[in-house]
Parts: sequence; C-alpha cells; structure tokens
Amino acid sequence: MDLSTNYMGLKLKNPLVASASPLSENIDNIKRMEDAGIAAVVHHSLFEEQITREVYELDHHMTHGTESFAESLTYFPEPSDFILGPEEYLNHIEKAKKAVKIPVIGSLNGHSGGGWVKYAKRIQEAGADALELNIYFVATDPDVSGEKIEQSYLDILRSVKANVTIPVAVKISPFFSALANMAKRLDAAGADGLVLFNRFYQPDIDLETLSVVPNLFLSTSNKMRLPLRWIAILYGEVKASLAATSGIHTSEDVLKMLMAGADATMLCATLLKNGIGHAGEILKGMELWMQENEYESVKQMKGSISQKSCENPEAFERANYMKALQSFGKIL
Amino acid sequence: MDRKKVTLDGNEAAAYVAFRVNEVIAIYPITPSSNMGEWADEWAAQDKKNIWGTTPLVQEMQSEAGAAGAVHGALQTGAMTTTFTASQGLLLMIPNMYKIAGELTSTVFHIAARSLAAHALSIFGDHADVMAVRGTGFALLSSNSVQEVMDFALISQAATLEARVPFLHFFDGFRTSHETLKIEQLNDEDIRFMINDDLVAAHRARALTPDRPVMRGTAQNPDVYFQARETINPYYDACPEIVQKAMDKFAGLTGRAYKLFDYYGAPDAESVIVMMGSGAGAAQETVDYLIKKNQKVGLLKVRLYRPFSIKHFIAALPKTVKTLAVLDRTKEPGSIGEPLYLDVVNALVEGGEAGGFKKLPKVIGGRYGLSSKEFTPAMVKGVYDEMAKAKPKNHFTVGINDDVSHTSLDYDPGFSTEPDDVVRCLFYGLGSDGTVSANKNSIKIIGEDTPNYAQGYFVYDSKKSGSITVSHLRFGPKPINSTYLINRANFIGCHLFVFLEKYDILKDIVEKGTFLLNSPFGADEVWDKLPRVAQEQIIKKKLKFFVIDGYKVAKDTGMGGRMNTIMQTCFFAISGILPKDEAIEAIKKSIKKTYGKKGDEIVKMNFNAVDQTLANLHEVKVPAKVTSTIELKPPVVKEAPEFVQKVTGEIIAGRGDDLAVSSMPADGTFPTGTAQWEKRNIALEIPVWDEKVCIQCGKCSLVCPHAVIRGKAYDPKYLTGAPATFKSVDAKDKEWAGKKFTIQVSPEDCTGCALCVDTCPAKNKSDTKLKAINMRPQPPLREEESKNWKFFFNIPDLDRNLVKAGAIRQMQVLRPLFEFSGACAGCGETPYLKLMSQLFGDRAVVANATGCSSIYGGNLPTTPYTKNCEGRGPAWSNSLFEDCAEFGFGFRLSIDKQKEFAGELLKKMESQLGGELVSALLSADQKTEAGIFEQRERVKILKEKLKDIKSADAKMLLSVADMLVKKSVWIIGGDGWAYDIGFGGLDHVIASDRNVNILVLDTEVYSNTGGQMSKSTSRSAVAKFAAGGKPLPKKDLARIAMTYGHVYVAAVAMGARDEHTLRSFLEAEAYEGPSLIIAYSHCIAHGINMTTGMQNQKAAVQSGYWPLFRYNPMLAREGKNPLQLDSSEPKMPLADYIYTENRFKMLTKSKPEEAKRLLELAQKDVNERWRIYSGLAAMPGAGATPAANPATEQKT
Repeated sequence: MDLSTNYMGLKLKNPLVASASPLSENIDNIKRMEDAGIAAVVHHSLFEEQITREVYELDHHMTHGTESFAESLTYFPEPSDFILGPEEYLNHIEKAKKAVKIPVIGSLNGHSGGGWVKYAKRIQEAGADALELNIYFVATDPDVSGEKIEQSYLDILRSVKANVTIPVAVKISPFFSALANMAKRLDAAGADGLVLFNRFYQPDIDLETLSVVPNLFLSTSNKMRLPLRWIAILYGEVKASLAATSGIHTSEDVLKMLMAGADATMLCATLLKNGIGHAGEILKGMELWMQENEYESVKQMKGSISQKSCENPEAFERANYMKALQSFGKIL
Repeated sequence: MDRKKVTLDGNEAAAYVAFRVNEVIAIYPITPSSNMGEWADEWAAQDKKNIWGTTPLVQEMQSEAGAAGAVHGALQTGAMTTTFTASQGLLLMIPNMYKIAGELTSTVFHIAARSLAAHALSIFGDHADVMAVRGTGFALLSSNSVQEVMDFALISQAATLEARVPFLHFFDGFRTSHETLKIEQLNDEDIRFMINDDLVAAHRARALTPDRPVMRGTAQNPDVYFQARETINPYYDACPEIVQKAMDKFAGLTGRAYKLFDYYGAPDAESVIVMMGSGAGAAQETVDYLIKKNQKVGLLKVRLYRPFSIKHFIAALPKTVKTLAVLDRTKEPGSIGEPLYLDVVNALVEGGEAGGFKKLPKVIGGRYGLSSKEFTPAMVKGVYDEMAKAKPKNHFTVGINDDVSHTSLDYDPGFSTEPDDVVRCLFYGLGSDGTVSANKNSIKIIGEDTPNYAQGYFVYDSKKSGSITVSHLRFGPKPINSTYLINRANFIGCHLFVFLEKYDILKDIVEKGTFLLNSPFGADEVWDKLPRVAQEQIIKKKLKFFVIDGYKVAKDTGMGGRMNTIMQTCFFAISGILPKDEAIEAIKKSIKKTYGKKGDEIVKMNFNAVDQTLANLHEVKVPAKVTSTIELKPPVVKEAPEFVQKVTGEIIAGRGDDLAVSSMPADGTFPTGTAQWEKRNIALEIPVWDEKVCIQCGKCSLVCPHAVIRGKAYDPKYLTGAPATFKSVDAKDKEWAGKKFTIQVSPEDCTGCALCVDTCPAKNKSDTKLKAINMRPQPPLREEESKNWKFFFNIPDLDRNLVKAGAIRQMQVLRPLFEFSGACAGCGETPYLKLMSQLFGDRAVVANATGCSSIYGGNLPTTPYTKNCEGRGPAWSNSLFEDCAEFGFGFRLSIDKQKEFAGELLKKMESQLGGELVSALLSADQKTEAGIFEQRERVKILKEKLKDIKSADAKMLLSVADMLVKKSVWIIGGDGWAYDIGFGGLDHVIASDRNVNILVLDTEVYSNTGGQMSKSTSRSAVAKFAAGGKPLPKKDLARIAMTYGHVYVAAVAMGARDEHTLRSFLEAEAYEGPSLIIAYSHCIAHGINMTTGMQNQKAAVQSGYWPLFRYNPMLAREGKNPLQLDSSEPKMPLADYIYTENRFKMLTKSKPEEAKRLLELAQKDVNERWRIYSGLAAMPGAGATPAANPATEQKT
C-alpha cells in the first residue's frame, strides 16, 4: 500500500505532517514524531515580533536608567555578542535537520512587510526543506480596505519568494471575501502550497478582573469542516499543493481530507492531547480502512470527493446551506 | 612601534593593563572604582587572555576586607594578583596591606582615589583614602591623566616585581577614573617587554607550597619583632631607583619619559607648586600661560610619593626656587600640615643643604579640590599670586570661601587659559535620555577617526530620577590637559526645554557661540517661549541658535525617550567639527558598530533617526530685542525656611560652590523634611483621582514610591474654603461614617511612574480601561492641583487613635514621614520605607547602611525623611556600608541604657516627683498608639517638674527623660549590606535579644553601584560580576536567621500581598527582640518596566521564587509552630516569571545553552525551597517531634 504523497515537491512517505506547535521546540519531540511515523514536521514559528520587538526590548532594558546617576552609569554587563531570537531559532532548525531524516519545514509568522522576511533566507540556509509562511493578520482598521489587505499578503509572499529557492507554503485564514480568488492570486504569486486554515485564537473576558484575556482552546474534529470544504473547492483550481489543518484528529479525518483534495494533513491538537505516538494510531487506522476498502494508494483517493469529482458539487456551495437548514428543521 | 589610539577612561585604562598582567583578580564594588572590576569580569566572561595566554580568574568577595584577604592569600601561593578599590574600601584593606608589605610581596592595587566619609559621605575624588594608607608600607604612585594611568599601571607592575615592595597605583576618582580621553594604547608586546618573567618566576618561587614548606605570619616577641621590622629598609631604599629604571625603560619603549618627580616650567623658576594628581593638568596649563607672560613659575609633579626619595626630590627642583607651595588634596585635622606638605618641609630640612639653593626655599602648604571640588587655572594663578607676596598665607585653602577660619585665597574666577584651538562643548541632558552615551560616542568618532585629540567629562545629579547630566567635551589638535570643567563653551546643547526655565544654561557660552535647543516649539515660535535671561544671552553674545523637536523625531522613528542619535546628529551637523557628510557617515558607521550586535532593526531605527533629524533641524532667526517676561523659577518655594532658602536652595540651583564655609553645619547635622520645598516638576503625566470609581482601598498611596498620592479622612468642616476643583466624597469606611475622604496628588513632586495606576484595583464599570486613578498630562493640571495639594496638606491628620494600623484602607491616612525622595521613578524599595515611616516614624531612629537607601535618603541637597505636625519624625544616620547592624544596635544599647538610667533616677527621686507619676512612667504599657501618647504626656509633666528641681539628678534625668517613651530602632539597608559586607554584624545583632528591627530592601544586586552580584542574587540572573549568569543559588538569609529561634523573620513582597507586608511590619515592631524583614524590592537594575514592578513582585511570589512567610517566636512560646507560610504553592513555572525580567532574559540571548541549564537548576532551587519551607511550616508546634524519624523508619 502506497501512502506516499507529494507536498510542494517534497516526497512524503505519508500525508501526516506535524503542524507548527510548541512540540517542535524540543528536538527530542521531533525525533519522536519521526519514530511515530510522521512524514514531515513544520517547525514552531519564528514570529515577526520575536525578531523586532525582542531586539527593541533588549535595547531598551540594556539602556534604561543608564548614564543618569554617577554611581550606577549602567546596570548590566555588556556581552560581546547577543544571540537574538532568529539565531536561536536557526540553530534549532539546524539541530532538527541533523536529528531526523524527514523533511523539516520552517515557519515564519508575521503580518507586515519588513526586515523580518529576510529571515526566510536564513531559514533556508539553516537547512529547512521548505517554508511555511503564516500570515496572521486581524484586519481591525476600518479605514483599510480588503483589497489593500489582500495586496499585502501577496507582497509579503513575493518578498519571501524572492529570498528563497525552497518551496513556500502560505498559511491563511478563511476570512476573505473571495477566498477562491485569493487562493488563485497567491498561487499566481508563487505559493507552492496553501495551508488551510489558520485558527485565530479568540480572546475571552475575565469577569473577575474585567479584562480581556487570551484563551486557547485546542481544536476538535468538527473544526475540520471548514478546511474540508475549501480544499474540495480549490482542488484542481490551483497549482499549489493543498494542506489541511484544523481539527484533524483521527484516521477518518485524514482520509476525508485526502478525498477532498489535500496533499498533506497537519496534526497539532491531537498530538498535544493524545501524545506524539497517536500519529502511529492514525496511520494504522488509515491503512486498515484502505485495506478494508481496497484502496492501493493515497494518490488514488486524493481529490476523489473534491468539488470537481464528487457527485453533487453544489454540496460545497450555497445549496448545501439550504440542505443543512432543512435537515436542521427536520431534527426539530 | 605603531600603537592604536583609543578613547577610554581612567578605569578602563587601569583595568586594561591589570587584566593583562595578573592571574587572580579579587574584586568588590565601590564607586568610583567599580568599573575596573566590571571590565575585568566582562573580559574574563569573554575569555580574553593575559600576556601569558590565560584568562585571569576574577572573583567577587563579600567586602574589600575580603578582597584584600583573598589577594593576600593568592599572592602568598604564587599567583600574580591584583584588586581595585577606593575610599572606605581601601580603609578596609589596611590590615592586609600591612601584612602584604611586611612580607615584601609584589602586587599592585589600582585605586580611584576618593574622599573618606567623615562629616558626610562623598563618592567624589580626593586623596584622603590614599593618605590614610601611607603607613602600610605600600609604595604610592600617582597618575595624573588617563594616559598616565595606563602607563603607570604597567610601570608599577614592573617595579613591584623587582622591588618586592607592593604598590598602590592611584589616580583621581571621577576626574581621571571617569574622564574619557584619547590616548595611545599599550599593546601586549609593550607589556611583555616591561614584565620580566624571571621576576614572575621569583615571585612564584617565594610562594607557600607543601613541596617547599615554610612558615610566614609568625608571632614575634619583644626580643626580635623590632629587628625583624628593620630588615626591609634596603628594599625601600632601592625602590625609587627601581621605579626610575622602569620609567626609563618605558620611555625607551614609548617615548613618554617620566621621573619620580617631574619638573615642568621655567628653568629659572622662583615659584614652584608641588602637587600630585589630576590637578597637575590645570597647573601645567597655567604654567604654560604664565611663562608666556614671562613669569618665573614651575610645577613639580610628584609621581612616587612613597617611598619618598629626598634625593630625587631635591634634584628635580630648579636651584632658583624661592617659594614652594605644596598642594594637598586631603585634610588632616589637627595636623600641623597636610601629608605632602610635611614631607616637602622635611625633605628640604634633611636634604636642602645638598640642593645647591642660594637660600632654602620658603614652603607654604594648602588644600584644594576636596571631594572633586573644581581646581582651575584661576585657582592655580591665585596660588602663584599668593607665593609672590612678601608674607604668603600658609595652611591655606583654595577654591572655596572660608569665612570661618579665613584660610581661603582670593583668585580671579574670570582668569582662563583655555587655548583658542580647542573646541569646547557643553551638553545639558536629562538622565538616561542618551545624551551622555551620545557624547561618549562623539568623542570616539572624533578621537579615533580624526587626528584630533578629544576629552569628555560628565557631571551627574544626586537624584536617581529626572536628573540633569552635564557633558563637558573638548576637541583640539594638541593633547588636552584641561582637567577642569568647561566655563567658556563654543557650543551648548540643551536637550530638555524645561532646563531653560530652571538654570541659566547660556551663562558659560562665548560670543558667537552656537546654541542647540531640543524644543517642542518650532523655529518660528520658540523665541517667545524662552525665559528673559536666555533671550538676553542669545542677543548679547550674538549666538547662532538652532532648534529641533527631538522628542517628535524620537517618537516618529521609534527611539522612545532616547535622544542620543538625534542630538548627536544635530551636533555634528552644525558644530562644523567635521565636514557634515563625513560626520554623518561616521555617525552611521559608529551606530553599526555599537548596535550591530543588537540586530539590524536597531541599526535601521538609528539610521532613520539620523536622516529624520537632518530634516527637522532648523536655525532660528534671532530678533533684535528681548521680549520675554519669563523669569527663571526659584529653586525652592518661597514658604521654605531660612536654611532651605539660603543653603539648600543654592545647592539645588547649582550654586553650591559659592556657599561659604559658615553656611555649612560644622558637624554634618542637617534638618529633615527639606524635600518638600523643592518642586521638581519632572512628571510628564500625573495620576488624577476619579472619586466616583474609587473604592477607598488605600493601595495607590501604599505603593507610591514618592509619597505623592495620599488619602485623608476628615471632618466635613475642613472643606470650608476648598478650591473649586478640590475633590471630596463621603468616607466609605463604616468606622469613619460622617467623615469626608479625599485622594490627592502632589503634581510637582510626582515622578509620573504610574505604579499607583497599575496597582489600582477599581475599574470604571462603563469603560474598563479607566480606573479610579488615571494618568493625565501634568502641565495643564499643575497649577490647580498644586492649590488642591496645599489645601489638602493643611487639613489636619486624623487622630492616630482613630486609625486601625492593621487595615490598609485605614492606615494609609497616616502621614508618611518619608516623602519626595530622589529614588528612581517607580522604585520598589521606597514604599517599604514610607510604610515604616507611617506606622512608626514618630518614634523611629534609623541606622541606614550605605547604598541606594542612604543616597535617596540622605544625599544633599534635600532630605526626604520628615516630621509630623508635632515636630516628630524619624531621626536618621548613615555610618558606613559594613557596620549598619552594629550602628543601629548601638542606638538600641544607648537608648536602653538611658531608659534604664532614667528609671533609676525616677526611683531615686520618687519622693520629689510623686509616687504615682513615677510608677505610671515605669509601668507604662506602650504597645499601642494610645499607650505611647499617654507616656509622652507623662514625660511632659515630668519635665515640667524637673525644671523646678535644682539638683544634679534632676538635670541628669531631664537629659534622659525622653528615653522613657518607646523608641523604635530601625536598621535599614540593601542586600549587598545584609547578605555580604554587613552579614557578620547582622548575624551578631540578631544573635542578641535586643529589640531592633532590621529591614532588608532586597533587590538581589548592589543597585546603587550599578547592579553587581550579591549573595542574594539568584541563580541564572545576569549581574555585573556575574556576566555569564550567576551559577549558584541565592543565600537563604531568612532560614539562617530562623535557626536562632528567637528572631522574628518575615519575607514580604508588597506587590504580591500588601496586607501581609503590613502585618509583618506590625508584628516585627511589636516583637520585643530582634526582627528581620526581608522585603522583595523590584529595581531598575532588574531590567523591567518600572510601572508594572508590583506585578513582577506578584509573579515572583506566584512562581515560588519568593515565598511569603513569617516566623514569629511568640507562637513558639505558645507551643505553636512559629513558621507560617503565607503564599500558596507555586502556581506557574519559574520561567514564566523570570523571563519577564532582562536580568534573566538576557542570558538566553548571550548564552542560550547556559541559560537553559541554569533555568533547570533555578527551578530546582525553587522546588527545593518550597519543599523545605512547606515541610517546616507543616511541623507540629513545640513538644512534638516530626513523623520522619530515621530510626523508626529503619525498624519498620
């Protein structure tokens, strides 16, 4: 049985990819991922803020209060060199590459054009096999149009592509007026892969302190519906590889995504919840189902129930909404 | 040989050589020498090597006494060893110095010479410390300039190895130690050339080793001690020639020729000044000037002061000399003259005959420059003028107006020798705005990138927040000897507009000079905003006047409050020192060099600032007429008492140098409560009270480091005549029903730290970003709120008997007797002091260890400790750094003894005073405020009665009667004192049963001297002397104290649990024995946002880093477990707390692997500490034994 897949030109032994999460901060975890059968790992993200804010903060704290009082002209010894955020991250990628044979995909997380995109090149130099560009942007400014925001996505992608030769995937959110068009434009701008979707962590309100607090919930399987729909729609419409992320917890989830048209399926919450070894269970489940249902390869099923190939393409469109409402009514 | 030209200061120059010629360096921080140790530690952390290819071992000790001991030991076992120190530190080294010299041991101590604490402490430079060790047997070699510091550091090292006499190489604190100067740097080959490895081997051969065992340090008896002491004479006799030989060898190498006594001046001079130290620079410049005027003057610079070579001294003097003026930078009260003067007199008496003088020269002696007092060519000229008189004054002073003993010489302050080819610039900056670092950078650019010579000297304020810095920069084609401040500037930069309202900034600018002003007002509008005096100077002196809104450029370019790059760019753009384009290129090159390691973003930000600056710099068209009616603000408010007006105010105004001797107290005693008269207006924003949202919890005033936000509960009748904007609401506290309540801010004393707003728990229900206090711009509020403050201040304080001291919401109406200190904005220490002053200030006597708390507590001009409306308040004194516990203990012994004596006298005089009064006085219960009040009333009656009794006992009892009222003794200091230098004393004091309260303001570093590691520093924290992260855990001072059993111990953190802090203070003071409160104090040295410092405290507790507990021996007496843990089990990983602070975080950026390793260990430290404390707290009380009995366990 052939579980292999091609993701952005990377030959993966199966579609399971560990998505960017704190798990990959530890090299031992990456080794365990490989052992569990995972085919590629997306490194935890190097954040734009890490590159910019961190250096500002360091500079601020090294100089704050200095040269003010004769007895304490400074407060810290001045090291001859600093290993700032990116350096640490790059060292980590280098180490990860040495530790495992599976492809290691770097991840850059940011939202604005600027000096940080040049770290894409550094990530490539550190040995990453590909790069995932996570554009995490909440459009809060009422004076900035959707067009402008879309353009900035394309600009960031182009400047990253100009810096590297390794494949670049773009991880985006579903919040575009015309997602299919946006996907096509990203495709045209050179994206080698599209990762669907970024989950925006929604803040909460703490009634005790009357303040807004960050709140991180791990995804559940029902969160996979949104990427499932869009992968099915985009399959065949773009050259870029498609990766599914959000809510993939079981072998069934993986199979569904592949049938919708995903080239790779990304795991995060399930590894955090059930442990890295769970990936092995998913693989076993996949194999079992494929055996039982006489599938020979992943390639064979890929996109088999995409909008293009399924019996009822309208199921992925507005018609499905009506159906859903009608069935909801029946339940009531 | 081609040598690098570098710009550096004296400390770096000394450390540069010392590091290269030593293997062991024992250090301890003390101003102004700390930087030498810091350099050594940094270089060792960077693995730099000495000339033998090994990295010296740098070790911080617990005190200078400890450092000297370690040096002695390291020398005795053969290592090339050194240390650096100054002032009190040198005094602590004296015992070992006698030993080291007595044992003929080769070493060099490098000293940034500093005043000794006498009537007052001073961190500034003079020779009092050096003169105090002249009997130790150390050779004393004086450097007069930064170049000489580097040269003599090496010459002394070469000489000590040959002579076997140990050397003290000294230079003037601050003037030389902190002066930045372009010099020629010696390279490793030079150093190798001067250091004879055979002599190093000989040093090692004398070492103690069991392979060749000998004994040193025997005890000797009357029969031989004397003779043995005389054995060393030949070594001392030979020493001067050895030094001269080394100087000659050095001259052959570098071309810089030095003599033991260097004569400079006319070969036929008749008047010669003899002196040593930096003042020789000013004197040399004056000699040059006077010789051109055909005056027969000269200067003899004393290099090797000990051993004093009469032969070389006499030989160095011109035979024509008629009068010698010997200048000493020290004072020896009661002596017939200062040390150098006496030596010169003696040398002439002993050796003068052989000198070939026509007549033995007349010698006069004088004092100058104590505590870095300016020593200028004008003063030098004054001395030469005095020498020319028929009967010159002896034992004179110069540089001050001594209207008491009339020792001072007159001189013309207008006299100047500043050469025309030197560009002189003055910059007035706000502390920490980057002005000083920009200037240091400019000196580097000019000194290292052009053939010009450059000099920089920086004058700082005595306040730690909102302070002014003045940079003095000189540039010129010839070496610069001007060792005095600039008073004729070609260029003046004023980097903060409000300085113009306070100071006559332009008084020192020359005609047609250039004035650069950082101004929020543009070129078109600035003129009308200038004070009259500034307009006058600009017109009269025909100044070129430029403005820039540096703060706007800083904001637009992300520079925050840092003006460095912006103002530096302006300076280069308009000063014409370098061609503009060349200068801008040099600035950018320098930015890249300085900030490159901090990342490209920082470099870009600075580049952008340079470009934006040029676009925003404008010349002002100066009108022909003065139009301003704005006058300079008086330094103190007009209501201030006479002393404050006449003395304190003058010091604040920067005119302290002009105060006469008679204006100063003879014994160092100053009035308290003077900080209130200086309205500094340093806050850009101040808190504004929203009375509708306020829950009257008192937390804002509790945490205010500067006592500027206060609460009062009062009778409504006091609202009569309230200003229109004065806010008042009904008091919420049920016990204060019917009273009114106000929270008021003193707008002109606030530093704008916003700690109060961050702490305020009350949120506006309709707009939750607002609280019950909110920061608002100060200027529009200043006038109204000042009126409100004045009104508020005059509302009578609530009767202390009506206030529950144990409830924060109530006790915060108690008047703070510690206010408006010069501590850093947002200081974590001062809220504790203020709390102490509110609770016990009216009966407190405070012994304060040297450190931050003694500086913001007692550094002139103003004093934050103050009095209540009855005139009572903390009496405060600082003895030394090392002896605070003993000093305070002395207070207690004295008070207890006087109280006991008063009791004895009361009993003796019972028949005259009345049995009832005597009995009441002797049995008074003073545990409560009411009890103390009643006792005070009784003492008042007693004193009245005693006045009418004419007997020796009555007189004596009158003098001790006040001691019958409870006195609360507080011993206060930082962790450097409590954990390190003062630990021995602290331990001894808590081992007694005396009632003293020890408050340790624990910032976990030596904050005052710039953040050096103490034994309180936690594992993995980066501090100076622990540049690679502290490898070992923090000392558990509390647990050590608890082992005694009878010591009350509390660990508190106000930001974590304020009520716990309050309870601990109350319990500690109530406990009739020694109490120790260890108070976690966030600090600017932690690299944190000071506004949220209290949150850092909270996180420290929540992570288990700083557990809260109380150990109360009173509980043990009741059979209970005395230890109560008052914080819960750690709730978050240590990393989540510590990595919010730069002191920990920066290790992850400099040594990430080591940071990881140390974090793991630090987490283990926390876990282990919690395990032990929770275990101890869970133990049953007295009488029971813990369950874990090893013997029992074995059986089972």
